[in-house]
Amino acid sequence: MTHTTMALRATGITKNFGPVKALRGVELELHRGRVTALMGENGAGKSTLLKILNGDFKPDTGQLLIDGRPVDFSDPSDARAAGLRVIAQEPEIIEAVSVAENIFVGNLGSLRFSRNALIRRTREELTRWGFDRVLRAETIGSELSPAQRQIVEIMRAVVSRPQIICFDEPTSSLGDEEVALLFALIRQLQADGIAVAYVSHRMAEIFQLADTITVLRDGAFVGTKEVAETTHDELVRMMVGRDLDQFFHRDPAPLGETVLALEAVGNQHVSGIDIEVRAGEVVGIAGLVGAGRSELMKTIAGDFPITEGRISISGKQVAIKQPSDSIRAGIGFAPEERKAEALLLQRSVRDNAALVVLKSLSRWIFVNSRAEKALAQDYITRLRIRTPSAEQLVGNLSGGNQQKVVLARWLATKPKLLLLDEPTRGIDVGAKSEIYAIIDELAHQGVAVLVVSSELPEVLGISDRIYVMAEGRISGELPRAAATEERILALAMNEEVSA
Amino acid sequence: MSTTGTTAARTTEPGRAENTAALKRIVGAVGVQNISLIIAIAIVVAVIGFQNPLFFTVPNLRVIGTAIAVVGLLAVVQTIVIILGALDISVGSVAGLTSVASAMIFTSTSSAVLGVLGAVAIGIVCGLINGLIIVFGRVNPVIATLATLAAFKGVAQLVSDGRAQGYTGADPFFVFLARGTLLGVPTLIWVLVLVAVVAHVVLRYSTIGRNIYAVGGNNIASRLGGININRYIIGVYMVTGAVAAIAGVLITARTGSGQPISGSEGLELQAITAAALGGAALKGGKGAIAGTILAVILLGVLTNGMTLLGVNTFWQNVAQGVLLVVAVIIQQLRSGERRIGIPG
Repeated sequence: MTHTTMALRATGITKNFGPVKALRGVELELHRGRVTALMGENGAGKSTLLKILNGDFKPDTGQLLIDGRPVDFSDPSDARAAGLRVIAQEPEIIEAVSVAENIFVGNLGSLRFSRNALIRRTREELTRWGFDRVLRAETIGSELSPAQRQIVEIMRAVVSRPQIICFDEPTSSLGDEEVALLFALIRQLQADGIAVAYVSHRMAEIFQLADTITVLRDGAFVGTKEVAETTHDELVRMMVGRDLDQFFHRDPAPLGETVLALEAVGNQHVSGIDIEVRAGEVVGIAGLVGAGRSELMKTIAGDFPITEGRISISGKQVAIKQPSDSIRAGIGFAPEERKAEALLLQRSVRDNAALVVLKSLSRWIFVNSRAEKALAQDYITRLRIRTPSAEQLVGNLSGGNQQKVVLARWLATKPKLLLLDEPTRGIDVGAKSEIYAIIDELAHQGVAVLVVSSELPEVLGISDRIYVMAEGRISGELPRAAATEERILALAMNEEVSA
Repeated sequence: MSTTGTTAARTTEPGRAENTAALKRIVGAVGVQNISLIIAIAIVVAVIGFQNPLFFTVPNLRVIGTAIAVVGLLAVVQTIVIILGALDISVGSVAGLTSVASAMIFTSTSSAVLGVLGAVAIGIVCGLINGLIIVFGRVNPVIATLATLAAFKGVAQLVSDGRAQGYTGADPFFVFLARGTLLGVPTLIWVLVLVAVVAHVVLRYSTIGRNIYAVGGNNIASRLGGININRYIIGVYMVTGAVAAIAGVLITARTGSGQPISGSEGLELQAITAAALGGAALKGGKGAIAGTILAVILLGVLTNGMTLLGVNTFWQNVAQGVLLVVAVIIQQLRSGERRIGIPG
């Protein structure tokens, strides 16, 4: 390794959110002119670490050093003043103003006095970083595509000439051309002696870009490797911490009747959807972010009513106009955003578990609290929900146990079909494995399960069959035996592969 | 160190642990918020009683009791609205409008029952209007009810020509409401107790109450859980209108005539203050009737005490405003929210 200068060093960083240990003793070094990739599964702590670097969170313990001097950020402006920029994965764009104003927001300086100067400066910067072909300085924020929004966010960082730049999955919304431009930009930053941190799930990108790789798992520091000295398989082992075969439980069961059938279903979010799920079957839905997977789930659950096509449950057509219709038809739905869309964080495990079946636990309007408590206790035992009692507030539980509470709520309705949108997102590896076991057991009991997941190993590990979505449509279907990461990605990126 | 010391410590420890466990259980059951309120009431009572012995006389306690009945009713329903995640600023105006309406209906029909029923029906319509504006007009509850606060007040002034209407002081029913007693307790207090108990039982033990907490805590989760959110919002505003109308009838009974504005103006502020002091979270999903009632008592005792001690009424307004802000600040600090931007 050639001698390089360290720009940033983070040592012994820990961060707890209530009982959840998001980071436990993380180490990170960024060097001038080098790209350090930060890898780990969802929930490994990458985002938390970046938020600490950005000054959004303060670490509970540990130290940040920039150029060898300890720093203490209390908000993002402190990080910026220290020459550190973190590029957000989901950029905040001001819809009503131009790209130029969006880029220089909060950083206008003397440019505030002349719109012409601002536009000129923006054009210079766009040209300098090679984005002049894909982004115009005058375009209004509301007209920008997701890729252009991401580029605006990147420009915001580079125009302030920081010494350290952190990218958080910058390519997730970019097309091939923009990715090539981004890589050229990163090379230029490298040549200018900037220290770059790069978070990504995409192995190919990492091997193309990075000099060193730091791996996190469950909030803990696993190790740092030179790219030249490691392999794809070694990195996967470092990230997952065990062999995948032991990790996923799926033991295909004999299939029963067709529980869910969609024929040419469409609305403002999805179109021409034809899918089937049989009793005892676990069907995965893969696709890139924005392919319409969550929208499809919400369509089936009745939150986005259909405008075309037919939905049948157990061979009978059902009219699902609102969530209560889908619940009556025997559908349970655990949405992607657990905290925002599923849980009553201020209420107890008992309250949350009983939410949908409250009426059946009541006489007239009065809730039978003994029956309710028994129900909660039953699922706490069966799903091994780790909570001091049924009266504990759900907000105090860890992500994995919160997800189990959501599952308990729907299992209490004795569903025929369960829709699970990213059921293991942001939960630790142990709880993930338990969720897989629960899904497998439900399938054995004859429940039809439809699972959306962005993690390809997960989709491949638990599904009997996989549908791939792209641009609001089903772009292909793969049986378990024929499914590989490459085939799924090919279908996810190009809808013409198989229609 | 000496071994005897450690043994002594060891023997006393279990007893102390049991004591603290019991204390914790009591605190857990009653709630930190309610205990703080009880302590605050005790302090205020002690201070005022020490300064002016008149405070402890039965007539004065009755004055406090009857004074808090009207505010108490509005605070109880305001608590339900706040738990649902909304706010109703128009309750005072509804009380004023229904006060006038009850007196005018009574005067033209000479039937107290019709007067009360008419007032309640008008209150329900007012609540329905609020609910429809919020749900189908997509207007923020604060803005919607701020608008109807002005509009309902205007209607009350229009129908009454801006003057007190009718005379109910000779009707036995209205007199019983205003000055009657049951088992030595003023009727006004009984009305408040009845409404508060019903609200408490519904919130705590019924599916309706549980769904109100659910909608206020997370409306998306509630919707995906099959709860008809719109029905709950409109329903809660209608109940609020009905209870505000009962408050309006009590105002009429106490003053002997329908009052378009005096007696009801500013009640919304007191109701919201009581709910916030009682622990109802303005973000929704949290709160209880018991806390609100304690806060109503605290506010009643404070107002009465300030009057007894000869504090300028203008200062009482200042105190009222300060109390509301302090109550919310305490709430927000306890929720640990970051101090950036406009609070959600």
